[in-house]
Amino acid sequence: MAEEYSLKKIDNYRWEIPKSEGMRVPGLLYADEKMIKTVQRDRTPLQVRNVAYLPGIVNYSLAMPDMHWGYGFCIGGVAATDPDEGGVISPGGIGFDINCGVRLMRTNLTLPDIKSKLYNLLSALFNNIPCGVGCTSSLRLSFHELKKVLKDGVKWAIKNGYGVEDDLERTEEYGAMAGADPERVSERALKRGKNQLGTLGSGNHFLEIDLVEKIYLPGIAEVFGLKKNQIAVVVHCGSRGLGYQVCDDYLARMRRATDKYKISLPDKQLSCTPISSPEGKDYFGAMASAANYAWTNRQIIMHWTRETFQKILNLSPKELKMDLVYDVCHNIGKFEDYVVNGKKRKLFVHRKGATRAFPAHHPQVPRIYQSVGQPVLVPGDMGTSSYVMVGTDLAIKETWGSTCHGAGRVMSRSKAVKAAKGRSIQKELEDKGILILAKGRRTIAEEMSDAYKDVDEVVEIVEKAGLSRRVARLKPLGVIKG
Amino acid sequence: MKKYEFINHTADIGIKIGGGSLNELFENAAYALFDIIAELNKVRVKDFIKVKIEGEKIDELLADWLRELLYKFNGEGYLLKKFKVERAGEKGLEAEVGGEKLDLAQHSLKREVKAVTYHGLTVKRRDKRWEAQIIFDV
Repeated sequence: MAEEYSLKKIDNYRWEIPKSEGMRVPGLLYADEKMIKTVQRDRTPLQVRNVAYLPGIVNYSLAMPDMHWGYGFCIGGVAATDPDEGGVISPGGIGFDINCGVRLMRTNLTLPDIKSKLYNLLSALFNNIPCGVGCTSSLRLSFHELKKVLKDGVKWAIKNGYGVEDDLERTEEYGAMAGADPERVSERALKRGKNQLGTLGSGNHFLEIDLVEKIYLPGIAEVFGLKKNQIAVVVHCGSRGLGYQVCDDYLARMRRATDKYKISLPDKQLSCTPISSPEGKDYFGAMASAANYAWTNRQIIMHWTRETFQKILNLSPKELKMDLVYDVCHNIGKFEDYVVNGKKRKLFVHRKGATRAFPAHHPQVPRIYQSVGQPVLVPGDMGTSSYVMVGTDLAIKETWGSTCHGAGRVMSRSKAVKAAKGRSIQKELEDKGILILAKGRRTIAEEMSDAYKDVDEVVEIVEKAGLSRRVARLKPLGVIKG
Repeated sequence: MKKYEFINHTADIGIKIGGGSLNELFENAAYALFDIIAELNKVRVKDFIKVKIEGEKIDELLADWLRELLYKFNGEGYLLKKFKVERAGEKGLEAEVGGEKLDLAQHSLKREVKAVTYHGLTVKRRDKRWEAQIIFDV
């Protein structure tokens, strides 16, 4: 694997990796002077270069400002391929946690309503929502029922009493991706998925009670149902073992496909196949199934969260009004329409740790948000803020309607654990007014703020580069983690 | 060199493994994987399972071996700590592995390993020793 790349500054927030041998398009990284130095410390730019080798890639191999070293694609990586030009689909460009994503719920509550009950609320959530390594759900599904989840997504949940009809429109793809084919999901994946629906998992996944601390764009915030001093809830998790297994199964199959279709790649983790090949179609059907599982997972977690809030605070659903604001995925691959060189083309967009950010009047933005654009949810780490943003027309032109997905790590997990030695991260958070309940002490150390880039800086770059705009900032009050 | 050591990776966990033979290299890699997942001193060796993997490329064989063992945990609930590789090479692998079913009342888990990646995967022979490098998605 050649280790070289060169970097050319285009403007204050854009850096290009010019095309070199093997690259089909240049690389484009969104960062400021400070951030580009941080990301150059590891192999992130090299991974951006490697993605440019993918057959059928259009315009650029892109990296959002929260980019960091991953495997195959960097985290924060975006690449569109053209199926009509031999474009490929790469499971590594979507990730193991297929449709890892975020959902935001608003409430009618303000801080005084929950302040004295925050601990009760948090520990009830901790009890009611399974989290931690190896956690399983109270829901046990037969393969037959599970396949319905994989096909119908959130519609299945609502039919079975988890949520309301209104939630569908407030979920990317209306909670079910077209083209899902549960028959393309292996028995191993099904086995892992049947008792994990409605579980948070571990690592960087969380459920957070937040306070809306600042509003940047009041008009848009109002359409999103957000206002200052309001209590909100953020859920971050994905498709659990089922999704990991789908990716694992198909990566192994892609190794052979890569040879079969004579694709030359600098990294095996980028293994891929033409989208139109049998292998590509099978993977898409399985990937969409896993995506539907993830949306259903977050939907059920939201339902249990609503129930818990109602019970602990003794409120009716109407009084609480915990409405879904939006649910976005940040590990996904989708067919989307774009104009390239004046021609309309259907492209396959890989988003690996990147969020769709469609602007106002885009046909895929739901009716309720047509006038302003879709909400974009950018969680920070557990000690800092999360942001709600909104998409722009520029993002459609430059980044296939994509933006950042979080803060992005800067410190390895083992380094974080070392840095946390002798400190009580839990206590430090409490001093900042953030309660945390976690299954593992190690998780708290690994996920501490020092391990992440400053999310404020990340969203500032995003906004200055014109990829999306800040609508609201949320401050965590209570966090549950695996 | 140690049986295995961690290498720095921003988001995930990478390990460098050593062994006097390919068999030993594969055994050490398997132990490292389960050492990342759980406190192994609390795991007893009660059940034995035969593992057979086909494959020609050594690096992919190492990934496939670890993928299979990870599924034994994630899919079937086995915590493993004893690994006897009988044969590993260009004609695939045969091994017997030992451990017991996960019991959260007795065992303590350290972290979730989502998957074995192929990024930066290498298996090399250096003089009389074998060395490998692999990154896990955590």
